[in-house]
Amino acid sequence: MYEEEFERIKQLLNTLRMDASAKIVFLVDKNGQQIAGAGEVNLVDSTSLASLTAGNVAATDGLARLIGEKEFSILFHEGRKDNIHISIVGQRLILVVIFDERSSLGLVRLRVRKASADLERVLNEMDSKAQEVGAVETASPFAEITDDDIDALFSE
Amino acid sequence: MSFINYAAREINVKIVFYGPGLCGKTTNLQYIYEKSNPQQKGKLISLATETDRTLFFDFLPLDLGAVRGFKTRFHLYTVPGQVFYDASRKLILKGVDGVVFVADSQEARMDANVESLRNLEENLRENGFELKTIPYVLQFNKRDLPSAMPVDDMYRLLNFKGEPTFEAVATKGIGVFETLKAVAKQVLYELRSR
Repeated sequence: MYEEEFERIKQLLNTLRMDASAKIVFLVDKNGQQIAGAGEVNLVDSTSLASLTAGNVAATDGLARLIGEKEFSILFHEGRKDNIHISIVGQRLILVVIFDERSSLGLVRLRVRKASADLERVLNEMDSKAQEVGAVETASPFAEITDDDIDALFSE
Repeated sequence: MSFINYAAREINVKIVFYGPGLCGKTTNLQYIYEKSNPQQKGKLISLATETDRTLFFDFLPLDLGAVRGFKTRFHLYTVPGQVFYDASRKLILKGVDGVVFVADSQEARMDANVESLRNLEENLRENGFELKTIPYVLQFNKRDLPSAMPVDDMYRLLNFKGEPTFEAVATKGIGVFETLKAVAKQVLYELRSR
């Protein structure tokens, strides 16, 4: 993922957070890696949140297949104060919205639907761009990694 | 699959500790957690039953520092070892970059080791990976137990492709970081070719 798309994704998440009156919005991939966030992200342990969300979605996907569904595209967890709305974007990313009584499930659902479509568009553009650019420009930054680099990681 | 974020100059890598029930996967993670600097580690999350058996997974994020200007973050997962949690194991292998197989050295657990290894091969395949090609390290845990089987015999039985193999006593931390380093090395080398 590159600077330009990253900024656009962050912008979309910010807009969604405001439109939905949410506290925090996260975008996570299905493997549990956090991609971007908006709002009071420092209030939660975002790494753990990403991995648990992905685990949650994976388990729910498993349940869906067991009963013959393709997927459950929306998960909603209701708490006493805060609630979590989880939805799948473009079949590979997970959009997490955390909100409290200042918003409502209906509003969040509505705004998420719009934001998902926008996010999906950015993702698709990213894919076609990646294909155009090809492997040339995206040479791995690790192309020349050495034993010393790796030893340094474990030095302490 | 590892996720390289060029904008944030960050790379995330997923490593899964696999093995039969009670072989010490969670213990490996706990030791890594205890011995890592507070700035390096996130929370160790254990989704376990009341009797401390892993129910879904353990998760430990670890920041190891920068390589070539890219922050490297390792996400370590364990799977639940008990046979009937197979559906969960399959899910956790999704997007894996490297695997550590933790084998229980007790003679009585050899069948369980072999079964778990086969199960790993099968579940990797279902996720689109091959044990032959994925970064992979073998650990013989519980070497301190009197009933531990000779290393040579275990090697013949369990070594799959000449992968790096380590003797360990995870409760005391022996061999734990050596194992992690070996798998990290393979994963990072693998990235060279991408």
